[in-house]
Amino acid sequence: MRIRFWGTRGSIPVALTPADIRDKLAQALVAASGRRFQSFGEALAFAQDALPLSVTHTFGGHTSCVELQTARDEYFVCDMGTGARAFGEHVLARQGGRPAIINVFMSHVHWDHIMGFPFFGPAYVRGTRIRIHGCHPVLEHAFRLQQAPPCFPVAFNQLSASIEFVKLTPGETREVSGVNVTPKLQRHSGESYGFRFEAEGHSVVYSTDSEHKLEDPAETAAFVKFFRGADLVIFDAMYSLAEAVSVKEDWGHSSNIIGVELCQMAEAKHLMLFHHEPANDDATIEGILKDARRLEELTRNAQPRPRALKISAAYDGLEIDL
Amino acid sequence: MPIPHRIYGPARVIAPQGRLDHDNCEAFRSDLAPHLDACVRDGLPLVLDLSGLEYVSSAGLRCLMLAAKEARERKGRVVVAAMQPIVAEIFKISRFNLVFEVFVTLREALAAVSPQAAEAFDRA
Repeated sequence: MRIRFWGTRGSIPVALTPADIRDKLAQALVAASGRRFQSFGEALAFAQDALPLSVTHTFGGHTSCVELQTARDEYFVCDMGTGARAFGEHVLARQGGRPAIINVFMSHVHWDHIMGFPFFGPAYVRGTRIRIHGCHPVLEHAFRLQQAPPCFPVAFNQLSASIEFVKLTPGETREVSGVNVTPKLQRHSGESYGFRFEAEGHSVVYSTDSEHKLEDPAETAAFVKFFRGADLVIFDAMYSLAEAVSVKEDWGHSSNIIGVELCQMAEAKHLMLFHHEPANDDATIEGILKDARRLEELTRNAQPRPRALKISAAYDGLEIDL
Repeated sequence: MPIPHRIYGPARVIAPQGRLDHDNCEAFRSDLAPHLDACVRDGLPLVLDLSGLEYVSSAGLRCLMLAAKEARERKGRVVVAAMQPIVAEIFKISRFNLVFEVFVTLREALAAVSPQAAEAFDRA
């Protein structure tokens, strides 16, 4: 199974500014000071091996959109944030004119999770089948509403694809084209749902826009069970813990600290920090990643069965093979 | 289990021991409540001497945050002091060092909340 991150930013898309690019270039030049590179390849190797992620990359970018690629000739994708536009181009290029079958799983219908759909190319291709799965009764209403006048020039019912809405039930596992999917209710304004996907001997949890209050052991235990042994947990790490339990309490998001703790308790293998705060620049997000890795090191041996938890921070374009 | 306390001048000092995590943080909150009440009632600062605290989880940090928040709402003051290196690093990682008054030593904390407290500490 391959996981592709098409959109990783929380709440609203973020673009690099010219000043951001200038500063990254200046930092790279300082780091390379005194070195000589005989070829582009040598310079590229230096950039990849010696420079920090926040200089060589940008975390992006688009709002939530994560693809799960299986051996099946169908597509599986979580959320239709602005990353859905690039994902749609990928689908069209890969299909080469053949209609696609696309299974969408919606965590919730807040704007940043649906705003890419009007720009999702396959929706305009006759013969394409799009099945939008979710637990919210308002799922179809939300998709239609954002394309209603005066907000968008193309109404939902003008889309050429065949679009079906499929209601899922929290806690009930549904088999969707060879993938077992289990939704879980999460704490978020208007409610959100995480999804646990199991296919081809692997398990992936997509858990974004989810606040963890820490005051209810039963709630913690339920998430530990949901994450149990997962190969990859994609986790809302929007705020610092101090923010999440104080000034941003009840804003519906979580932190890197909670992600580390839940994954340690669940003995998950890989934690992916996701839904980055739009106010955070690349260096700040890299700092959050380093902090999470350090916390994991500090607390590893205090676990009942100490084992290393891999931790990454998602960026647009990242691919993970399981 | 009641948490033992010490008095230095006008300041009350308590020193939780061991781990503060998901398993015991609610019990800690209950144990902390009478100290918080006493300090707020008498208008005295509460100093958490964390020199004996070996580990704090997110749930434990939340307990500390709730105590500080309650104290603020009731015109009281809670500060922390003398953290072991691991706990100090967890405070930094979680950004709790930005929302708490943190002091390297107990004496520095006492001096910050009251000169009389620091004098009492020196005499003890």
